[in-house]
Amino acid sequence: MAGHDHHDHDHHHHDHDHAHGSELSETQLRVRALETVLTEKGYVDPKALDAIVEAYETRIGPHNGARAVAKAWVDPAFKQALLADATAAVGTLGFGSRVGDHLVAVENTPTRHNMVVCTLCSCYPWEVLGLPPTWYKSAPYRSRTVIDPRGVLKDFGVTLPSDTEIRVWDSTAETRFIVLPMRPAGTESWSEDQLAELVTRDSMIGTGLPKPPGAAR
Amino acid sequence: MSPPDAIDPAAARRAAEAVPSIPCDAEGPVFREPWEAQAFAMALALHQRGLFSWSEWAATLSDEIKRAQAAGDPDTGETYYRHWLNTLERLVTEKGATDAATLARYRDAWDRAADRTPHGQPIELRPEDF
Repeated sequence: MAGHDHHDHDHHHHDHDHAHGSELSETQLRVRALETVLTEKGYVDPKALDAIVEAYETRIGPHNGARAVAKAWVDPAFKQALLADATAAVGTLGFGSRVGDHLVAVENTPTRHNMVVCTLCSCYPWEVLGLPPTWYKSAPYRSRTVIDPRGVLKDFGVTLPSDTEIRVWDSTAETRFIVLPMRPAGTESWSEDQLAELVTRDSMIGTGLPKPPGAAR
Repeated sequence: MSPPDAIDPAAARRAAEAVPSIPCDAEGPVFREPWEAQAFAMALALHQRGLFSWSEWAATLSDEIKRAQAAGDPDTGETYYRHWLNTLERLVTEKGATDAATLARYRDAWDRAADRTPHGQPIELRPEDF
């Protein structure tokens, strides 16, 4: 892996002040040590490892984020809780996985579309979205999204009305974002499970929209 | 995009079949955290290179799981890749690919590299981290 995923750290492993530094959990340190040693000795090729990991980038556990979004669509109280404190709200869903310290949900509306980026590296709420896609970590996405979000959206095949405001959220080690997309029209009678099928990873990053109801099986 | 020696996706399926306790769904292995996928990828790459067979791997992994259970590990899916990582470390040292002291030295170097790296910059090892 390129060494960019350094914010999925665990604060509990260090007791000294890390206000300006980065942290890696004990497990991450061991994984990096193995990878570096084995690479230097020629046992593994980092590119080949990346290729394997990329093949699984969409395969990380159940798509917890999609479940949170679907629940917010059908349950107004949960939606309110999610927008107030996404970390706490997602924690109540019982995924059994540690959720990032400060997860913030930002809501798309008919007049505002949200996009998430990490301009400096690749901060990403993988607890809810899985492994970050390769493009999210790429320099062009990181730099262009801030300058020309509409152009980036167009590259992703998304065209929004010209009067829709596009707001870009820049992730940090402290705060990571998940987009709450708008519920697709024509799904009024749908169950939470059916709705979760429509919630794509990209729609929660803001580079896509949920699938239209016709696209579901 | 894939390097010439990229691992055949079927290799992952074969790994999952040879080591049946890998957390899977209908489409193949699933991971809870990125490091789990990295650890999985390393085992696949080392197996492909012939460092161990899947039966050796499975025997060592099951021994690691037994040890952990004896030490009070609940052996739920949540800890599976911790055992996997222990197995990796054990096999690479048993096979002489490296030794525990080297792994510890690199682990400490990564810790120092993380400490001196401000957020927003990739953490990279430098000679002074050792």
